Amino acid sequence: MAMKTYLQALNDALRQEMERDPDVFILGEDVGQFGGCFGVTQGLFKQFGEARVKDTPITESAIIGAATGAAATGLRPVCEIMFVDFIGVCMDQLFNQAAKMRYMFGGKAKIPMVLRAPQGAGIGAAAQHSQSLEAWFLHMPGVKVAMPSTPEDAKGLLITAIRDDNPVIFLEHKMLYGIEGEVPDEAIAMPFGQAAIRREGRDVTIVATSKMAHTALEAAETLAADGISAEVIDPRTISPLDTQAIVDSVKKTHSLIVAHEAVKTGGVGAEIAAQVAEAAFDYLDAPIIRIGAPFTPVPFSVPLEQAFIPSAADIVKAARRLRG
Amino acid sequence: MSIDKEKMIQMFATMTRIRQFETKLQEFFAAGKIPGFVHLYIGEEAVATGACATLRDQDYITSTHRGHGHLIAKGGDLKRMMAEIFGKRTGYCKGKGGSMHIADVELGILGANGIVGGGGPIANGAALASKYRGNDRVVVCFFGDGASNQGTTQEALNLASAWRLPVVFVNENNGYGISCPTCKSMAVADIADRAAAYDIPGVVVDGNDVTAVYEAVGEAVKRARTGDGPSLIECKTYRWRGHFEGDACVYRDDCELEDWVKKDPIPRFEKKLQAEGILSVEKAEAIRKAIAAELDAAIAFAEQSPLPEASEILEDVYA
Ligand SMILES: Cc1ncc(C[n+]2csc(CCOP(=O)(O)OP(=O)(O)O)c2C)c(N)n1
Ligand SMILES: [Mg+2]
Repeated sequence: MAMKTYLQALNDALRQEMERDPDVFILGEDVGQFGGCFGVTQGLFKQFGEARVKDTPITESAIIGAATGAAATGLRPVCEIMFVDFIGVCMDQLFNQAAKMRYMFGGKAKIPMVLRAPQGAGIGAAAQHSQSLEAWFLHMPGVKVAMPSTPEDAKGLLITAIRDDNPVIFLEHKMLYGIEGEVPDEAIAMPFGQAAIRREGRDVTIVATSKMAHTALEAAETLAADGISAEVIDPRTISPLDTQAIVDSVKKTHSLIVAHEAVKTGGVGAEIAAQVAEAAFDYLDAPIIRIGAPFTPVPFSVPLEQAFIPSAADIVKAARRLRG
Repeated sequence: MSIDKEKMIQMFATMTRIRQFETKLQEFFAAGKIPGFVHLYIGEEAVATGACATLRDQDYITSTHRGHGHLIAKGGDLKRMMAEIFGKRTGYCKGKGGSMHIADVELGILGANGIVGGGGPIANGAALASKYRGNDRVVVCFFGDGASNQGTTQEALNLASAWRLPVVFVNENNGYGISCPTCKSMAVADIADRAAAYDIPGVVVDGNDVTAVYEAVGEAVKRARTGDGPSLIECKTYRWRGHFEGDACVYRDDCELEDWVKKDPIPRFEKKLQAEGILSVEKAEAIRKAIAAELDAAIAFAEQSPLPEASEILEDVYA
């Protein structure tokens, strides 16, 4: 174990998997010598060379298509979309091609590719560089979706993503790149579909994804001072989703808050709320509360952007409503 | 094509205005006064200036992430631009857009764009509206060498050609898309060669020569206005700054920049105007001073303007 940033942890995972498996390669815009827009692929070009760390033209459809075709024919591409917002440019190659190929071919193909992309607001990058789009991918049979919130998870989940035989959308939060945490030195795969209980509690369950898991922990701290004991669950992957862990927690706390940075409407929180309502309605003391961004594009100006991002105070308020 | 003296002086002033505006932003970014991304146009002023000088007020442009030069050249108001970049409520987009999304639809500026290659299809739409209504408005679509490789750009070129739309595709080939040199992102030496695939004129010009840009784009605008369809004009130029402010430019040699600084489009044009007796040294100085004063006023306006209130977040999602 060593203290590493989330960004270094991702870089470690890529390096170790490329050392282990010569079929793993990287492609994307400015991922080579430049090391990626946020620096995640730093140093890999030098170590593995141009053939395995490939700079592409600015052409997202061709990137995803190349990854899909290479994966279908036996390689294990890890492609980077510089900001998740650019996914709109290449959506067909992702959802009509990569995601469905295996099923359409009657199970005769596999597409072991990873699509890494940073998402999230907080750097004043405005409406086309700040979104959280995980709900789009959750709605897509055939792909898996990981949303690591800690350096350890970033590494472990990326290793699993690379070894998985399906397309995996790997969503990094750009505000988390700099956070530090203990990360194992070895390449340890972290299983998909296993939520982390970040904090145990009795009174209210807070399910929070990605950066919002940290916000939820902050809220739990404030709530503890009020005598409200919050349990914080980080799903780590939303597809597959560890519904069981959430339901088990709700059976204990009898109340649920779901928090994410994406717009609340049609968000992952709606799916989690529906699944809990189906599986554990009788255990709930109160209606489920969803917390998400307002139904707007991400605004540029600092006070507007701050108003867009759900806060610990929002979670605290919700918990007090449930348990005050 | 002869360019009248008034227009020449105007183009000198526009290039100067862009340079001064961008130089200020460079300082403000370094001082931490501007949030988000800032992509500066320093070194490329002749492209936007020469191209927009061929347009009428009612004509349209689509711009890019590196859009300040295009906006200024199409008549954008420095005050509202500066306020927007500062995230103020008085800015062009009420603080909602920032540098990458400034637009002034009344001036025919259909927006900067955060999506590389996002502008081409929209330019076609505006050109289609012009054709549909039977007015003779023309659209200039600015796009980079990097953007030229996007599917959207190639689709737009094809559609414009098939429908003979009044669009002039003005490619700003500054040699790089972020860190990626054109020699790695495409096998052709000239982006203008791709025009052949769409059976439209493709022209390469020195993008640091404002009169050359003016003449080539002017010719294409004339064709477009008279119903002869789109053209592709490739302007070879160079960005002096990093891709965005804060980029250390590890991917290029300093000597490359030095060579291009020698080809600075502004003093080059100024000397030409002096030699031709169009612009005196005093007049040039007076223009620079007047623009500096205009810019100071824009900065004061931006600094004194209020930030938006959090409650404004819900406004303007729908019409
Ligand atoms: C669809 C999309 N892909 C990638 C990016 C990230 N990006 C922003 S600017 C840029 C380079 C654009 O290069 P070019 O078109 O040559 O314009 P220049 O920056 O040189 O003016 C890239 C890759 C983006 N904004 N949108
Ligand atoms: Mg370029």
